Amino acid sequence: MSKILIRGAKVLGGEPQDVLIDGETIDRVGTGIEAGDATVVEAEGQILLPGLVDLHTHLREPGREDSETVLTGTRAAASGGYTAVFAMANTFPVADTAGVVEQVWRLGKEHGYCDVQPIGAVTVGLEGKQLAELGAMHDSAANVKVFSDDGKCVDDAQIMRRALEYVKAFGGVVAQHAQEPRLTEGAQMNEGVVSAELGLGGWPAVAEESIIARDVLLAEHVGSRVHICHLSTAGSVEIVRWAKSRGIDVTAEVTPHHLLLTDELVRTYNPVYKVNPPLRTERDVMALREALADGTIDIVATDHAPHPHEDKDCEWAAAAMGMVGLETALSVVQHTMVDTGLLDWAGVADRMSFRPAHIGRLDGHGRPVSAGEPANLTLLDPAYRGVVNPADFASRSRNTPYEGLELPGRVTHTFLRGRATVLDGTLA
Amino acid sequence: MKRHLISAADLTRDDAVLILDTAEEMARVADRPIKKLPTLRGRTICNLFFEDSTRTRISFEAAEKRLSADVINFAAKGSSVSKGESLKDTAQTLEAMGVDAVVIRHGASGAPYRLATSGWIDAPVINAGDGTHEHPTQALLDAFTMRRRLVGHDAGIGKGLDGLRITIVGDVLHSRVARSNVHLLHTLGAQVTLVAPPTLIPVGAEPWPCEVSYDLDEVLPKSDAVMMLRVQRERMNAAFFPTEREYSRRYGLDAERMAKMPEHAIVMHPGPMVRGMEITAEVADSDRCTVVEQVANGVSARMAVLYLLLGGSEPAVTTTSTPRTEESK
Repeated sequence: MSKILIRGAKVLGGEPQDVLIDGETIDRVGTGIEAGDATVVEAEGQILLPGLVDLHTHLREPGREDSETVLTGTRAAASGGYTAVFAMANTFPVADTAGVVEQVWRLGKEHGYCDVQPIGAVTVGLEGKQLAELGAMHDSAANVKVFSDDGKCVDDAQIMRRALEYVKAFGGVVAQHAQEPRLTEGAQMNEGVVSAELGLGGWPAVAEESIIARDVLLAEHVGSRVHICHLSTAGSVEIVRWAKSRGIDVTAEVTPHHLLLTDELVRTYNPVYKVNPPLRTERDVMALREALADGTIDIVATDHAPHPHEDKDCEWAAAAMGMVGLETALSVVQHTMVDTGLLDWAGVADRMSFRPAHIGRLDGHGRPVSAGEPANLTLLDPAYRGVVNPADFASRSRNTPYEGLELPGRVTHTFLRGRATVLDGTLA
Repeated sequence: MKRHLISAADLTRDDAVLILDTAEEMARVADRPIKKLPTLRGRTICNLFFEDSTRTRISFEAAEKRLSADVINFAAKGSSVSKGESLKDTAQTLEAMGVDAVVIRHGASGAPYRLATSGWIDAPVINAGDGTHEHPTQALLDAFTMRRRLVGHDAGIGKGLDGLRITIVGDVLHSRVARSNVHLLHTLGAQVTLVAPPTLIPVGAEPWPCEVSYDLDEVLPKSDAVMMLRVQRERMNAAFFPTEREYSRRYGLDAERMAKMPEHAIVMHPGPMVRGMEITAEVADSDRCTVVEQVANGVSARMAVLYLLLGGSEPAVTTTSTPRTEESK
């Protein structure tokens, strides 16, 4: 088996250490480890993190392979330092059967860039009416534990209640896209000062907050786990904080773009900024950063949403919602959370690896960097500064809101069970 | 430098006064036996209408023809657009045909802005109404009408609308006319009050340079001009107000209400009017109602905009506010 010695990396941002990988596992962590016959990676000044885990990725395959495939999406994930991604269910066909989730899972294994853990739909066809075969998806080779109708809200309170109860049988969790549908009919952007001026349909914060409030109460009532996808408002933070203080088993995620961008950007009418939930205000952004720092928001998830050029190169109302995010997530988190002093690198490991793996009950990921653990690792150069150039992306789609923006940090190496998927900043 | 008219908010006071003064000149052409100027001879203007609007389209067409421009009318219905062609492809097709300016009407807010800033075409873009965003030439013709009626034709030259109190009544939420008027009338020195049920005032309108009232009767005695907006009956079904009758009772303009206005005050309406709901026939047909003048003034105001953007020697319109002029990548 091949051996790799990572020399002098700051493990989780701490003191420099050497990490010896032997085969698929970490053999030793310490100082002054002899290289012997191992390949040496000089990592002075770099940060070593457990391989990142994204609980919210859209890989688009099957059905929209013009946007992204499991291959291109996992190459993008590896480039961004991820060793596992959870693939959302809103594909064509919808991932609402054992057959579809197994197909996605198997493609991930075959390509080998990153583990792909499919998310199953909560309801048949994401239509919110009839529960999908949640048990069959769990029992399949894909071993699905996370269920979501993401893109659509499970807005029927009774269906949501039953889903929450049902998945308890196999330790599952329902990940809710919190969007009250009637309050967001025709919604194009955050409802507020900017939408009033631009004459674009408003997506009010209360449409998100009212669903989160309902769902945490449902989860409490039936004693289940609920996860809130891409939380985006200051009010949502308050509700989740209250629910946690009450002992409700709720977890929440925030996207990198909601940590950085505001609805002021919509003044350009450039659909690259069109996303669901929409970009909110500066006040919301600051509340989200604070909540991620204090643990109210558990994790960062990308909501990587690739779209082909023509779906964004048009008038705002006609454009698709979503942004790619796998390849820029760590940089945005460094910029908004680490460089601002809100979170240290151990905190980043917690929010982007340990906790997402735990919420998704994903074995082998989100593990400590210590001997005997799977060698899923990410090495990052935090001193790097570079301008985002979508032409460099491994993702098939280029709909990034960060084009031309200077961001810090660069993933230099990603190891999936001891094998480099990214080597010296290049896909292996 | 590319020059466009996308938003009334982009116009400085000097720009706006220059357009109104130019419109006064253009209005004189309408009094001549031959209503035509050679100014835009040899220039081709395309009226690109993705949304039906016969009135606005004819008004622009009349303005273009009086300036001797060659006119191409493009209606999306029954065209390649209904077969799925994008705004970008349509615009580039027109540009390839040598169009010198594009007048665009579109159901999506921001479509003219995208057209002007995305690098799809080089020609000047004139917004003829986009979604619920803006309709700047409507605001210009409204301001022109107010200046003529309330300041005077010749006495108004070089002047704005300083000190005038303008009330805009109705569906502000969905009204591009209201948005453009709020900005332009404020720029010209008028005090604007919006009157509507709270459901039809946008959330986030607080920073707008105007007052908001829910009580029409209280505002009318203090109004020099009252602009009634069209209220679509389907808004009732979307629960913006309970019934047509209740809307009319609280926000409709009838003779009794009109009597509360100062004697010199005028009633305006962008048309088409729904008689009986937002305005009674009695008011609509009174000599204080300027609806027909507004139509005539629309041609003059649009001639002024086209002349200044395409043929004039002075820069009429600037797009000064930073985010609006930023070229997208």
